[in-house]
Amino acid sequence: MTLWLEALGRWGLGVFQRLGRGHLFLFRILAGLPTLLSRPRLLVTQLHAVGVLSLVIIVVSGLFVGMVLGLQGYNTLVDFGAEESLGVVVALSLVRELGPVVAALLFAGRAGSALTAEIGLMKATEQLAGMEMMAVDPLHRVIGPRFLAGFIAMPLLAAIFSAVGVFGGYFVGVGLLGVDDGAFWSQMQAKVDLYEDVYNGVIKSVVFGFVATWIAVFEGYDAPPTAEGVSRATTRTVVHSALAVLGLDFVLTALMFGE
Amino acid sequence: MPQDPADDALIRVEGVHFARAGRPIFSGLDLTIRRGRVVAIMGPSGTGKTTLLRLIGGQLRPDAGRIVVDGEEVARLGRSALFKLRERMGVLFQSGALLTDLNVFDNVAFPLREHSALSEVMIRDLVLMKLEAVGLRGARGLMPSELSGGMARRVALARAIALDPMLVLYDEPFTGQDPISMGVLVRLIRRLNDAMGLTSVIVSHDVQETAAIADDIYVIVGGRVIESGSAAALTASESPWVRQFMQGEPDGPVPFHYPAPDIDADLLGEGEA
Repeated sequence: MTLWLEALGRWGLGVFQRLGRGHLFLFRILAGLPTLLSRPRLLVTQLHAVGVLSLVIIVVSGLFVGMVLGLQGYNTLVDFGAEESLGVVVALSLVRELGPVVAALLFAGRAGSALTAEIGLMKATEQLAGMEMMAVDPLHRVIGPRFLAGFIAMPLLAAIFSAVGVFGGYFVGVGLLGVDDGAFWSQMQAKVDLYEDVYNGVIKSVVFGFVATWIAVFEGYDAPPTAEGVSRATTRTVVHSALAVLGLDFVLTALMFGE
Repeated sequence: MPQDPADDALIRVEGVHFARAGRPIFSGLDLTIRRGRVVAIMGPSGTGKTTLLRLIGGQLRPDAGRIVVDGEEVARLGRSALFKLRERMGVLFQSGALLTDLNVFDNVAFPLREHSALSEVMIRDLVLMKLEAVGLRGARGLMPSELSGGMARRVALARAIALDPMLVLYDEPFTGQDPISMGVLVRLIRRLNDAMGLTSVIVSHDVQETAAIADDIYVIVGGRVIESGSAAALTASESPWVRQFMQGEPDGPVPFHYPAPDIDADLLGEGEA
């Protein structure tokens, strides 16, 4: 019993220590971000690595998710003779929920894991220590640009995911199943609200981008400098990001759309 | 603290105690490194030689005692003052620690671009001069993954001297090198020290190579300096520790066997659960 309590206490202390380290780490990154203003090239390079290189998976997934929504939505709506509302169903599902959430999960798997592995390996090969000894702060030079790039790229990727998904729903609904073209777009235009739906979706994707990138860079920076350590950190990035995104999605949805 | 011009000690390590994970590594370490010298810190593996370099570079703080570099106590410096001091130090890591996403040229240019406002033309000239000094001007377009271990260490050396430091710390520079690379590195360290007016601290357990170029040698065993002096003085030392280390004898004060119960009892399985 005592041993069990000891283990529980140790685990709890470990969790709080990591949380503390993670927050201090975040404050130090944020404090160093202004230095990036004078060196935009560092940010552009990372935007390419984190954002542009994630485009393929985002576009292809968005297309398929939109097509599935079109198919499933049509099959349900047609029973009620409401298939002309397909555009609204597809757009609202994507803009409010699936766009930010699925894009964030894909982002954590594609870009987050790459960030953790890259930073963890830089630590394991003494590149970060080498920078410290060259009087260059790795938090400003390595972590800051990656964090900011993830934060900027994620909402853009979610927007692209939603836009491509709407076209996926359009191809299936209008192109294959014969929903009226004008009704598809006009109902979407009438029922999707810029503030209520689009802005709230954007807020979600900004929050998810912040949290997923923070987890990814922290796990890399905090990884034990061994092959096993980096491997575990990469796994933790994907698992923790996915849980954080899904948990935060519920909280944000409750705050935004709850009565 | 202003530097006393009569004092030619660049680094003073005074009564340093340091423990990691409850295991004492240094217990009252004292040593002095004078300007312009090539100083070797030697000792068996696991005696904390690399830890000493990290203490000098301010990456670790001693539990007690003090380390003074160029008149400044390292552990008391704030982050920006510590970084200012590090700009005057070059460190050659055991792995080279080259930035793997930059080529050889950009690796050597890295500290210049970070810490100076020099034009790209000037940086190019400086980088080519540093690469020429280590014989790798022709390799400037290669990526770190295309370099042999010896070449990577020479590039790291060119980077370490890019800002014309006062002090270069070498962490096991000869480990894993073939005889040719080793000979090149040995000569380079000595030549650069004399040509650039550096002070060099080499942490190593490669006795012959290090002794060949070191002006002063400190032998660390059990967390403290047990002998110091020139290579000749240490070779003639009567201390069994130093003799075992300098001659590479397998058994002596540092035992060949890890502590274990009596072999007869162990083979018969006595005392096991």
